[in-house]
Amino acid sequence: MNPHIHNEEMFMNRRVAYYQGCSLEGLAHEFDTSTREVCAALGIELVEIPDWNCCGSTPAHSLDPVLSAALSARNLAIAVREGADVVMTPCPGCLKSLKESLEVYHNPHQRQKLLDILGMPFDGEVKAVSVLQLLYEQVGPEAIRERVVRPLSGHSLVPYYGCLLSRPAHFARFDDPENPVSMDRLMEAVGASVPDFPYKTECCGATYGVTRNEIVGKLSGRILDMALGVGAEAVAVACPLCQQNLDLRQGQLNRQWKRNFDIPVVYITQIIGLALGIDPKKLGLHKLFVDAGVLLEKRESENSRAV
Amino acid sequence: MERAHTLTIQKTCDKDFIRRVEEASEQEVSKCYQCGNCSASCNYTYVYDYPVNQIMRLIQLGQKDIVLRSRSVWLCAACQACTTRCPCNIDVACVMEALRVMSREENTVSLKDVQMFYDEFLKSVKTFGRVFETGLLPVYNLKAMKPFGDMDLAPKVLQKGKLHFLPSRIKGRKHIAEIFERFEEQGKKKQEPREVNEPSHSQ
Ligand code: SF4
Ligand code: SF4
Repeated sequence: MNPHIHNEEMFMNRRVAYYQGCSLEGLAHEFDTSTREVCAALGIELVEIPDWNCCGSTPAHSLDPVLSAALSARNLAIAVREGADVVMTPCPGCLKSLKESLEVYHNPHQRQKLLDILGMPFDGEVKAVSVLQLLYEQVGPEAIRERVVRPLSGHSLVPYYGCLLSRPAHFARFDDPENPVSMDRLMEAVGASVPDFPYKTECCGATYGVTRNEIVGKLSGRILDMALGVGAEAVAVACPLCQQNLDLRQGQLNRQWKRNFDIPVVYITQIIGLALGIDPKKLGLHKLFVDAGVLLEKRESENSRAV
Repeated sequence: MERAHTLTIQKTCDKDFIRRVEEASEQEVSKCYQCGNCSASCNYTYVYDYPVNQIMRLIQLGQKDIVLRSRSVWLCAACQACTTRCPCNIDVACVMEALRVMSREENTVSLKDVQMFYDEFLKSVKTFGRVFETGLLPVYNLKAMKPFGDMDLAPKVLQKGKLHFLPSRIKGRKHIAEIFERFEEQGKKKQEPREVNEPSHSQ
């Protein structure tokens, strides 16, 4: 059914360099802990890149693409030095920076400038993937299904992918740019029901929460409204910024929309972790701003809930 | 907001600008045939002064001043919807990014507070090697004269044990500072020969 190889054996004890990025040290701490827990449970060894630095994110891009590339190249170069050929990061923003850094390195017009600014040896011989891509392509929904001990049957979740995980297609090389399904399949594999969600890739307002709060209010509010409209009790995400806009800022959205949204916004790694039987505390479920306890309710079958 | 005047458009056409945008973005802006798919896909059209398809057209017409002073360039979230849907395979988001970089260089940034937020962010990267989002907020909000911005979030963040005021410092922060310094030096070298710019034509 799934075209990807999910050779669990091959991935057992596989070592992957891990770049958590700044958000996961702060507001998105539970994305870090749940990623580590789930990977450990699935036999993937994460080796944190020693002394990693910030990728520079959107601000560095606005200054210069090669500066941004150099900041990420330092992390990649350290990973290579430590013997890694794959770097995994949960954050799609960091992933974009890492991949763009490799693009700049492989662009003959820009390589020298990059190396001059970087000031350390770097050979570009490394790949960057997201945790979602790793779980979907390398482990695979089938292998995860076999490990489920606490299915999420009877729970209805919508997957919200955001802007960057699958597009632009030539750059992401993962899933479908218009209708990504990786999270859908992973959530189905753990027993949840996953309604069609038309706003899978509509932008949440990105970094404008700080500078243009009403934009996030409008765009993120629309996403929650649609989630409720299709009968979801929670939104699954794989991006710390999307999560922050939909969860931490949900009170602001309520004020702007004069609504009472009370909908948990949960990381895909937390959802899979719950199904694998990992302690919710270890997954940082209690660290989410909107209480996600509803996902712990045991329900009979997936068709028992009328929406 | 400036408008392009059709009668004088040839006079205000800056051909070198077209070349520079195409070179920086490595995109052929001339391929755009104004179908409007990009603007229809853009979630930010409602706050833009020029929808992104108009930005593309204004580049084709060499309207440097209007483009580089537009709000659109700094409200673009780099979400890639336009790039995904352009039937001519133009990486429109990449063009917008090139424009942001150019507007910094030309000192024509329209949304100074967005630039200020980005600069505070980069200052933290340069100093510590990492950033901590909530630590940046008070600094930015004070500088942007919005001292109460996002105040409602502080107690929540505190309650979840997620409030720190300083990011962790990395050992290699000297290396990071050097990366910034080497970049700034390169920028200076690049600027020198281009000091004598053609007068900018505001209409
Ligand atoms: S989608 Fe492409 S061709 Fe159509 S208006 Fe936008 S840039 Fe031009
Ligand atoms: S990348 Fe920018 S211009 Fe393109 S659709 Fe997104 S916000 Fe609009």
